[in-house]
Amino acid sequence: MEATTDKKYTFKDFSSDQEVRWCPGCDDYVILRSMQKALPEIGVKRENVVFISGIGCSSRFPYYMNTFGMHGIHGRAPAIATGVKLANPELSVWVITGDGDAMAIGGNHFIHVLRRNVDLNIILFNNEIYGLTKGQFSPTSLVGQKTKSSPYGNTQPPFLPGELAIGSQARFFARIAGNMPKEMTQIFIEAEQFKGTSLVEVLQNCPIFNNGAFDEFTDKAVRTDRQLYVEHGQPMIFGANRDKGLVLNGLKLEVVTIGENGITEEDILVHDAKEEDPTLHQMLARLRFPLVTGVIRSFHDITLEERKDEQNEQVKTDSKFTVTADLFYSGDTYQVI
Amino acid sequence: MLTTELNQKPEILEAVIVRFVGDSGDGMQLTGTQFSGTSAMFGNDVATFPNYPAEIRAPQGSLYGVSGFQVHIGSVEISTPGDEVDLLVAMNPAGLKTNLHAVKPGHTIIVDIDSFTRKNLDKAHYSANPLEDGSLENYRVIEVAMTTLTKEALKDIEGLDNKSITRTKNMFALGMVYWMYDRTLDHTINFFRNKFKGKPKIIEANIKALNTGCFYAETLELIPNAYTIAPAKMKPGTYRIIMGNTAMAWGLLAASEKTGLQLFLGSYPITPASDILHELAKHKHFGVKALQAEDEIAGISSAIGASFAGNLAITTTSGPGLALKSEALGLAMMIEMPLVVVNVQRGGPSTGLPTKTEQSDLLQAMYGRNGESPVIVIAAGTPANCFDFAYEACRLTLEHMTPVILLSDGYIANGSAPWRIRTVEEMPEIKNHILEEAYDEWHPYDRDDKTLARKWAIPGTPDLEHRVGGLEKNKVTGNVSYVPENHEYMIKIRAEKIRKVQENIPLLKTEFTDEGELLVIGWGGTYGSLHSAVKQMNELGYKNVGYAHFNYLNPLPKNTEDVFQRFKKIVVCELNNGQFATVLRSQFKGFEFEQFNKIQGLPFNNSELTTKFKEMID
Repeated sequence: MEATTDKKYTFKDFSSDQEVRWCPGCDDYVILRSMQKALPEIGVKRENVVFISGIGCSSRFPYYMNTFGMHGIHGRAPAIATGVKLANPELSVWVITGDGDAMAIGGNHFIHVLRRNVDLNIILFNNEIYGLTKGQFSPTSLVGQKTKSSPYGNTQPPFLPGELAIGSQARFFARIAGNMPKEMTQIFIEAEQFKGTSLVEVLQNCPIFNNGAFDEFTDKAVRTDRQLYVEHGQPMIFGANRDKGLVLNGLKLEVVTIGENGITEEDILVHDAKEEDPTLHQMLARLRFPLVTGVIRSFHDITLEERKDEQNEQVKTDSKFTVTADLFYSGDTYQVI
Repeated sequence: MLTTELNQKPEILEAVIVRFVGDSGDGMQLTGTQFSGTSAMFGNDVATFPNYPAEIRAPQGSLYGVSGFQVHIGSVEISTPGDEVDLLVAMNPAGLKTNLHAVKPGHTIIVDIDSFTRKNLDKAHYSANPLEDGSLENYRVIEVAMTTLTKEALKDIEGLDNKSITRTKNMFALGMVYWMYDRTLDHTINFFRNKFKGKPKIIEANIKALNTGCFYAETLELIPNAYTIAPAKMKPGTYRIIMGNTAMAWGLLAASEKTGLQLFLGSYPITPASDILHELAKHKHFGVKALQAEDEIAGISSAIGASFAGNLAITTTSGPGLALKSEALGLAMMIEMPLVVVNVQRGGPSTGLPTKTEQSDLLQAMYGRNGESPVIVIAAGTPANCFDFAYEACRLTLEHMTPVILLSDGYIANGSAPWRIRTVEEMPEIKNHILEEAYDEWHPYDRDDKTLARKWAIPGTPDLEHRVGGLEKNKVTGNVSYVPENHEYMIKIRAEKIRKVQENIPLLKTEFTDEGELLVIGWGGTYGSLHSAVKQMNELGYKNVGYAHFNYLNPLPKNTEDVFQRFKKIVVCELNNGQFATVLRSQFKGFEFEQFNKIQGLPFNNSELTTKFKEMID
C-alpha cells in the first residue's frame, strides 16, 4: 500500500541530528544502523515513515531517525501505531519496543495488535532485562536470573516472545541476533514488505545489566553450530559443516546428522514460512537447540485495514446518506412554525 | 376507585408529567418514546428520562426489575423530565410500589389489575393488595383489566401466540393515555408499519391494541378527566426528538464534515457512554473510523495516533475509564495534539453507580494527571445541546492544539428533548493549524501568536519530518531538553495557552436578573433543573434571584468575577460533594460560595432547590 519513491536515499538521509545516547557497545546501535540501511532499500518516501515507541532504552529510537516519530508512553506504542495506520494507511508504520514495554506493561496491546493484523512492523528489542530503570528482571528474564529486584534469583518463568506472538495469531514472526546486521537489514525489509503485523524479535545484548545473555547462541565462535537461520523453501540445515538438520519425530523436532543412520539431505524438513497452520512455526519458535533465527512465520492474511476498507465500500454503496444533513433530517422530524 | 363524570370538553393544561412503569419486558421504553414522539409532533416541548435496571433481564415481577420511562410535555418551555408525576401507568405491583412516591397526591394512577395476582404482590413485597387496603385513597386509581381486554381484542388475529398477544398490552395502555391527552394515534401506527415491515400480524396486533385502549378510555367513561396540552412556543424550524448521546455523536459528525477531517473514534465500551460508540460505528458512510479497542488506554492511545496522522480524533468514556486514560491524556497535552475526550459521568467513586447520574468527575477532569498538565474542560447542559458542545469541543481542540475534555452525564446522555436540526452550513467556522508545507527554519513548536497553538505537521508531508514525545522538549525545536529554565518556560506556556482560550469562548451570561440578592450557579447537565427552579422563583415573585450556568470550566469565562460581584449571595448547586465550589474558591477570593449538593445518583428536583433558595433569601 505504501507509496514508493524514485528518490535514492542513503542511510544518512534517515539519521537525525540528535546525538545517540545509548551505552557504548549496546546492540541498539546495530539495530539503528540496520534500520537506516533497510529503509533506502525498501524505497518508501521518507515523509511516509513513522516510528512509534513506548518507554525504555529501545524507545529512544525514534529520536535518532530522521522520519516522523513519537516517543509514546510505556507499553502503548502498538495502540498509538494502530491509530496512525488506520488514520492513514499510506504510511509505513514501525513500532519500537522492548521486552518489558511489550510483554509486561503493554502485554494487552501487544497481543491485540497481532490478533487484528494491522499492517505495522514491530521491532522487539529483547535483552531479557530492564535497562533504563537500571537492572530489574523482565518478563523474558530466565528463572534464577539475579537482578536488582531478584537478588536471590528470578522466580517468575519467562515468556518466549515468539510463542506468545504466534499464540496471539501473529502472521509474521522473525528472530535475529543483535550481532548480525546484514541479516537484520534483510529481515527489516521483509517485515516491511509483508502485509500485516510483522514482529521481529532482536536478541539484543545489554552490555551493562545483562551482558552475554545470548552468548551461547550468538557468539561468533558457536553461532553456526547453535543457530539455525531458516529461509522459506530451504531445508533446515545448520552447523559449521552444514551437516546438522531438523526432522520431525512424532510430535517433536529432532536434530539429526546428515550422513549418519542413513539420513540424507532429503530427510531434512523444508521450511515453509507461509503455511497457515502455525504448529511447526510454534515448535521452531520454542526450540533452544538449535536456536532458530530468520523468518519463522510469514503467512499472508487479510489485514484489518483491508477488512475495514471492504466494509466501508459496502456501507457507502448501500447508504442513503452522503452528508450529515441527510442523517439529521431522516426519520421522524416535525415543523415548528 | 374514584370515578367522575367524563368532561366532554378537554381541560387545558400547561404541562403534564407521565410515567410508564412495568417489568423490564413490558415495553415501557417503547411506550414512553412513542408518547414523547407523538407529543413533539403535535408541537409540545418535551423532555424524557428513562430509568431501567442495570440487570439486562431481571427476574419478572421483582422490585429491582422495574423499568420506567418519564415524559414531561408542555405548551410552555420544558427543561427537565420533571419531578412529581401527574399520571402513573403501572403495569404490575412492583412498578406501583417503586413509583408511588413520585405521584402527586390527588392525581391519577392507571393499573393493570390482571397483574395484581398473589404471586406478583408477593414479589413486590406487598402483604395486602394496595388496590383493596385503602392505601391509595389519596389518588385517583383507574383499574383496567388490560391483559384480558387486550387478549379479547386480539382473539381474531390468527396465528398469534399468547406471548405476542400479552406483549401488546403496553399499546393498550398507550391508547388510553393518547385519548386522555387528546393525541392522535398516527405517529405510533406509522412506527409499527415501518418497524415491522413483513410482519403484518405484529403490526395488526399492536395497532388493534392501541385503538382498543383508546376506544376503551373514550367509551367506558372510566377516565376522570381528559386533558389537552396546546403546542408550545418554540423557535421556528425543523425539529426531531434526540437523546443526549446521539446528539453528542452527531455534533462530532458535523465537526468532521465542516473541517473535512476524517473522524476517528478509539473507544472501549462503558456505561453510560457506549451509545456514542454505537452511533458512530453506524456511520462509515461519512468516513468515520471507529475502533473498539482492547481497553480504555488503547482507546485513547489509538486516538492520539490518529490525531498525529491528521484525523479529528475522539475517545469516549465514563469516570473509571477517564482514570485509565489519564497518562495518555497527559501525553496528548505534552505533544500538544488535538484530541476530544468525552466523559459521560456516572455515579462514583470506583465502579460506583454505573446507571445513575452524578457530576463527580470535575476535579478528575481538571487535575487528574501527573505533572502540570492543564487541558480545556467544557460541559454540555442538555440532551439537545450535547450536539453544540461536541461541535464546540472539536472547534476548541483544533484551534488551540490541546486536548479537550467534554463532560456529559448519565442524565442528559439518556434523556431526550426536541432538537432544532442544524446543518453544517449553519455551524461556526473551525480553523486548524495544519502545516501544508515546510517554510524556512521550520520548527514543530513554532507557535501561533494569538492562541500559542503549535503547528500540526502531519506524516506524509515532505520535509516536515520531526519527533514528538512525552519527554520535556526544547521550546523551539521540540527536541528533548533537560535545561531547567526551558522546563519552567514550557510549563508556563502550556498553562498560558489554556488561559488564552478565554478569548475564544463566550462570556458568562446571567438569566432572569443581572444583579440582585442571590446568584444560583450550576454547570453541565443540571441546566434544566436549575433553570426551571430559578424560573419558578421568578414567577413566585423572587425577582432578585439570578442564574448563571457554566459550560466552560477550564478556563472559566473572563467576566466570571464581574458576574459574581453583582450579587450579594452565591450558591453553587452540584450533583457531587462540592467540586465546582472548590474550583471557584481556588480562583476567586473574597466571595462566599454557599453549596447545595445532592449525591444520590439522581437529578435535582424542583422543590428541594426552591426551598434552599428561599432559605437563603428569607
